[in-house]
Amino acid sequence: MSAFLNIVSKDLRLALRQRSDLTMAVLFFILTAMLFPFGLGPEPNLLARIAPGIIWVTALLSVLLSLERIFLADYEDGSLEQLVLSRASLEIAILAKVLAHWLTTGLPLILAAPLIALLFNMDTEAMTILLFAMLLGTPSLSLIGAIAATLTLGARRGGVLIPLLVLPLYIPTLIFGVGAIDAAMNSLEAGAVIANARPHLLLLGAILLVSLLITPLAGAAALKQALE
Amino acid sequence: MSVFHRFANPNRFLKLTNTVLPWISGITVLSLLAGLYMAFFTSPPDYQQGETVRIMYIHVPSAWMAMFIYSSIAFASVCSLIWRHPLADLAAKASAPIGAGFTFLALATGSLWGKPMWGAWWVWDARLTSVLILFFLYLGHMALMNAFEEQERGNRAAAVLAIVGFVNIPIIKFSVDWWNTLHQPASVMRADGPSIDPSMLWPLLIMGLAFKFFYLVVVLIRIKSELIEAKLRKYRRAVVDNA
Amino acid sequence: MGLNFHLAESSALILEGPNGSGKSSLIRILSGLLRPRLGSLIWQGQDATKEPEIFQEHIHYIGHRNAIKPVLTVQENLTYWSGRDKDDTHLDMALDQFNMLPLKNTPANLLSSGQSRRLALSRLLASKRKLWLLDEPSVGLDVASIKLLEQAIAEHRSTGGSVIFATHSPIEVEAPTKLNLRDYSPLYNRALINLDDEEESWV
Repeated sequence: MSAFLNIVSKDLRLALRQRSDLTMAVLFFILTAMLFPFGLGPEPNLLARIAPGIIWVTALLSVLLSLERIFLADYEDGSLEQLVLSRASLEIAILAKVLAHWLTTGLPLILAAPLIALLFNMDTEAMTILLFAMLLGTPSLSLIGAIAATLTLGARRGGVLIPLLVLPLYIPTLIFGVGAIDAAMNSLEAGAVIANARPHLLLLGAILLVSLLITPLAGAAALKQALE
Repeated sequence: MSVFHRFANPNRFLKLTNTVLPWISGITVLSLLAGLYMAFFTSPPDYQQGETVRIMYIHVPSAWMAMFIYSSIAFASVCSLIWRHPLADLAAKASAPIGAGFTFLALATGSLWGKPMWGAWWVWDARLTSVLILFFLYLGHMALMNAFEEQERGNRAAAVLAIVGFVNIPIIKFSVDWWNTLHQPASVMRADGPSIDPSMLWPLLIMGLAFKFFYLVVVLIRIKSELIEAKLRKYRRAVVDNA
Repeated sequence: MGLNFHLAESSALILEGPNGSGKSSLIRILSGLLRPRLGSLIWQGQDATKEPEIFQEHIHYIGHRNAIKPVLTVQENLTYWSGRDKDDTHLDMALDQFNMLPLKNTPANLLSSGQSRRLALSRLLASKRKLWLLDEPSVGLDVASIKLLEQAIAEHRSTGGSVIFATHSPIEVEAPTKLNLRDYSPLYNRALINLDDEEESWV
């Protein structure tokens, strides 16, 4: 446990000292989302209808931008070798690094999401569901993305490869993430919002559990072979 | 393990391949000819779709192969990671482009079939969309395999990716089905269609068989050429070392 | 004609050999980062080839790269890898051994390459492992710092520790065992070329 917290706190400290890392993903998120009204026109109903999709797709792309950061610096400066050799289990270490990544990428995105939701005329109920969905979905994005980040260490054009590896695996999260908000927006009675969004949220939770299981295993295997 | 190690010797593997290849090549050609003949001439046109139904005899076996080959790659990857058997790596490497080819064929024929049926080259039908995602999984696998200076690293990374992808396929399939029913409740192609007539089933099965054997032939030839290449490299190095 | 060696307590093994003869690879195999194709690693009677974990908690490996984060201070870099204790005196002592104590609160991005190396080496003293595996430990060090390293190795051996290192520049240690990998590398030794051909290899 102490090794876990040690890694999380170090990665957080690194991110806080290099603030550009922290703000880049959020800035990208907001700016990209803002482009859509210019491309599609300012009609409020249209924007409200497509808002869930836009928010999720842009959030997904913002996470994508930051994935390489999780392991690349550690790989290049030799920290990764020390991490593999340290007493902490590699699986725990990977989870710690993913948590740090989520805290510095996923969480800021969630905090910025209501702002975009406002710009797109989303109503409050849908916004609440949006936050729940992102809370359940963005950790999966970090977890699945971490696998691709470990696999591409030392590859030629690793940064270009990551999107190709990760995007097919992100599709379920995208579908259920958007589905939850759509279900909330389409429910006619006020009381049915939660009930309608529930299956989607549960499925997002299930994806999170599966990712929590796969990432440490696949990541540890990938890291070991990356250092050989 | 002992069975595994019997083929650990590349020479033994080459010998076995050379004896088997003519036979399975023959089966491939014969079943392909028979299947195509039945598909084009003996099977009846569909009462709704007319002659375009014959696309099915290419499309459906291709889609089968797309999934079958990805499963084979995942299986080979497990063998490669656990036993570190070089044959598994070679098999995965040799299979990926063939699988991607069949996946592309399934997409292209699906699109050709879709034009007369749906009036559009592409419809976000649940099955087609899943196959499209599978195609991207193949592309990622192949790109990762070739992204490293050392082939061995590429093999291992791609093996991990193939297993992760394989675990995710049911999740992706489920989510795409879910998404599709949400957005397009009235699908033109019904999953629970009428049971298929034997006059159409037989050519379909024979074509499926032909495709499987075709895959086997190509994969063996590709492994063989990889082995010969490795040998050549070795001899060249020996020449340099002895000079 | 395989490579075979045994390392006793308090001993020092120096790996020598020309570039590319496999010094770094051997050290990485010993550390468990690299899996050997053949052969085994026995640690105190246990086979560590299959389970590197039983061995890894006794070693400290320092490779070519220093694993230093430029935005953290010298002290933060040290505490991260050696864990935080209630008192930091042994960390200070470790820094002091390599003359790094005055730089304790300096951000690591201001360090010279020799100072970074010294910071990496001071982790050896902070983590107190039994066997040190050092790959070119003296790269970037000046003469005075190499002396500090020699002292550290001597002290480590006096408490029963052992050290294996690869080097091109002379590092003076008492009664070292020397192993020249040139004699074992197929790249340099013609007699070895055909040895591994008995079972034809795949790749």
